[in-house]
Amino acid sequence: MPAAGVVLIVAVVLIIAAVVYYLVATIFALQKITTGLDEAISGVVGIIEKSAPVNDVVTTINQNLDAGVDLLEGLLVKKAGMPDAVGLVEGLYPGAAAQGFRNFPGSATTKAPRIGEVYTRGTLTLARLGREAPVATASPEGPALRNPTYGSAAARALYPGGRPTVPEPLPRSPIIGTGSPVQYPEGSNGADSGAV
Amino acid sequence: MALEWIGDAVLLLVLLPVVVYLLRGVLNAARSIVPSVEQIAATAQAGSADLDSAALLATTQGQVIKTIEAAAAYGGSLDVILDDAP
Repeated sequence: MPAAGVVLIVAVVLIIAAVVYYLVATIFALQKITTGLDEAISGVVGIIEKSAPVNDVVTTINQNLDAGVDLLEGLLVKKAGMPDAVGLVEGLYPGAAAQGFRNFPGSATTKAPRIGEVYTRGTLTLARLGREAPVATASPEGPALRNPTYGSAAARALYPGGRPTVPEPLPRSPIIGTGSPVQYPEGSNGADSGAV
Repeated sequence: MALEWIGDAVLLLVLLPVVVYLLRGVLNAARSIVPSVEQIAATAQAGSADLDSAALLATTQGQVIKTIEAAAAYGGSLDVILDDAP
């Protein structure tokens, strides 16, 4: 065999060896990539499955919270009036009055009164609710919102010795004049009747 | 005869380096993808684990509904008890 043929064979063998080496290495690298992609896909599928109901649940939660906010804002404005309601919100959350109520566009421009102007009415209302409100008996479908026994006990705690009854009668005022049961002669006991 | 040597020289000096260069490029590219894919897989697994608590949103939803219902009942009572603002 001529030397050129041997060199040719060697060259072809070298080329094939290089091709085999690099292709096998590439195959192993691609296998690692495939394994990694499988893990990534399983993770992404888990994310998709777990996050699928989130949108509906969050939407429902927001709808319920919106309804609650509308209810409470409307009740507050209805019972306290717009200025007092804005003042109360401003007192609880300074700066919130500038944002106003969602369902009352004019509330943002309402001048919030000082909290002291609202506080007296609110205090009296809370005191009345704590003593007299029949809230506990107005919830037949669930437990009492307020424990009437506890509320009554708290009220009774104000008088640990028992609620005071009619006070003891004071001694009557002395009767003076001609109808007095005790008559003192004029000038008796050194009395000076000149100024009477 | 000279043509055979020329062909051998072309194979050894041109074709073989070109093949090696190209295949090495492919191999380096494939190997450079592996760490990125592994990081993506780890991140996806961690993200999936972080969403395990998403199922608790159903409980939150129920609690919110109950809370709003209680607030509505209490508001209804207050609406009856308290006088409206003048």
